[in-house]
Amino acid sequence: MKHQKRWALFFFLTPVILWLFLLIVLPHIDLLIMSFRIENDAGEMVWSLSNYAQFFEEPIYWRTFVRTAVYSILVTFLTFVIALPVALYITKVVAPRFQGFLTLLLLLPFWVSELVRVYGWMILLRESGVINHFLIKLGILNRPVEMLYNDATMILGLIYTSMLFMIVPLIAVLESLDNSLIEAAYDLGANMWTILFKIIIPHATPGIVSGSIVVFMLTLGNYLTPNLMGGKNSLWFTEQIYNQFIASFNWNQGSAFGFLLLVLSSIVVWLGLKLTRQTLRTVVK
Amino acid sequence: MQIDLSVRNITKKFKDFIAVKSVSFDVKDGQFFSILGPSGCGKTTLLRMIAGLTEPTEGVIEIRGKSMVGIPPNKRPVNLIFQQLALFPMMNVGENIAFGLFRRGEKKTIIKKKVETILERVELSGFENKKIDQLSGGQKQRVAIARCLVLEPAVLLLDEPLGALDLKLREQMKVELKKLQAKVGTTFVYITHDQSEALVMSDFVAVMNNGEFEQIDTPQNLYNNPKTPFVAQFVGDNNTWTGRIRQCDKYIAEIETDEGHLFRTKVEDAFQTGLSVDLFLRPEAMLIQPAPNIANLNRFKVIIKSILFDGANSQLLATRPDSKKELLVALPQNRQYDYIQVNDNIEIGWNEQSGICFPRKQLP
Repeated sequence: MKHQKRWALFFFLTPVILWLFLLIVLPHIDLLIMSFRIENDAGEMVWSLSNYAQFFEEPIYWRTFVRTAVYSILVTFLTFVIALPVALYITKVVAPRFQGFLTLLLLLPFWVSELVRVYGWMILLRESGVINHFLIKLGILNRPVEMLYNDATMILGLIYTSMLFMIVPLIAVLESLDNSLIEAAYDLGANMWTILFKIIIPHATPGIVSGSIVVFMLTLGNYLTPNLMGGKNSLWFTEQIYNQFIASFNWNQGSAFGFLLLVLSSIVVWLGLKLTRQTLRTVVK
Repeated sequence: MQIDLSVRNITKKFKDFIAVKSVSFDVKDGQFFSILGPSGCGKTTLLRMIAGLTEPTEGVIEIRGKSMVGIPPNKRPVNLIFQQLALFPMMNVGENIAFGLFRRGEKKTIIKKKVETILERVELSGFENKKIDQLSGGQKQRVAIARCLVLEPAVLLLDEPLGALDLKLREQMKVELKKLQAKVGTTFVYITHDQSEALVMSDFVAVMNNGEFEQIDTPQNLYNNPKTPFVAQFVGDNNTWTGRIRQCDKYIAEIETDEGHLFRTKVEDAFQTGLSVDLFLRPEAMLIQPAPNIANLNRFKVIIKSILFDGANSQLLATRPDSKKELLVALPQNRQYDYIQVNDNIEIGWNEQSGICFPRKQLP
């Protein structure tokens, strides 16, 4: 019996461990090693820290890095601010029979790939796009404005892309909030804002943190949306990594950048958990 | 005496369903007023309208003479204790109790003092820093009450707060709640489906059925002089017969039950001969082996079917030899009737003044 159990565990765990090891751990070890090696003048590979030094010496690299971090945090926060009312509406306001339907509506855009959705936005926003067309027709503008390729548009695209990953954990956590707690607070003299900050948000913290972690990581590592909607004016750090790997063919430099991004996201997530007094265990639940 | 709560012609409709139908009542300062009714009778809706959580379709609610129309719950001088208590799990006991005080913008030092005082009052001194999930059921109960009482509401509303407790604790809390109310002197409006809770604690009880009040009275009167068949049936245990009036002189009527038995009972009105009636009789109104010299008894023989021993509430289940109808007879536990065994044949008698008789409602 005991023997059988162990065998079953082994059977189910093996693919996971193989997958994790072969496709995640091993390549990362390779990248880590690569990030510490450079080609010397003789064309030989030697150990060096210069890939990392390069990052600090060249302002465009670390500026893009800081920009990416700050904007990712901003996107996460804005996504939360927009997602919370939506989740509250779905769980607490609307009749229960519409809840499933509304959640499905939220899910629907995600059946289409991110690429197609971003192109959808581009059709709407570009100089010859739908919005410009109508604004001119209505006489609000007299010549088309380029709405793409700036920070605001890029942030809009990133929020749109990550919305669902915030709303779903929020819905899950708000569903477990007993309505009578809200009513009791109201009865005891609280107004809407107090209820929001003293009852709803403290209750929803695990959902908020897990949603934020996912949105932050997705945003930080997003390549497509910043590239297409931000264009050359709004650099994202993933584009620097791409450039090193593909354009400059400097895999060693690219690996160093990749690891810097990994360290950044780990630090921010750790800080977020510390600040909200959550542990990874409760958040993952 | 000041009237703390006055409800006049309050009605609540949900689409085509009328939850509360034109209910009116007054509660005087310091009273313990209960609304007793089966689940789904509209009592929670009524309470939520008083608290302001539900908007009435029609009617006026006045608290201490001030109309509450259009006033949101956070501005009303009433507080509600929820069925599930609704203590805030994200706060400790002290923060829970201070919640309402902080919303009023009172000074921190005063709040601290008030929290201490109220915790002392509900006998939970020093519990400020406990977490909610560290408390037992009875303690949670008292924190919920303290959280409302600390705000000194004109009226405290309680929505079946004892429902979630186990029996033993419920019995204990019943007495405690009554004592607490007497001590603080706040007006309580308590809703419950448990008649014993209502009878034990209240000064006045309103019996509610299908969105309407059937009777508002003292517990004693409700039990002894129910005004409607519903009240008679809902409050206390009963033996029920249906039958017809054979003859009626003044306030004593002779009734022939559907089983063909004759009973004499008091009636409120002079009923016409042939009228269909319901007859209710409390189990304790039946005397076991009554002495032959007691007058005005309906006497008959019964066979004991079983003995339902339940301490002070023990009862006999008996039938008459010629019918299948089971009767409940109170069995006092004073050792006097220990000889009674199943299948014994004994005499039962009940005084004609104990019967409660109503004309039968014509079924549509």
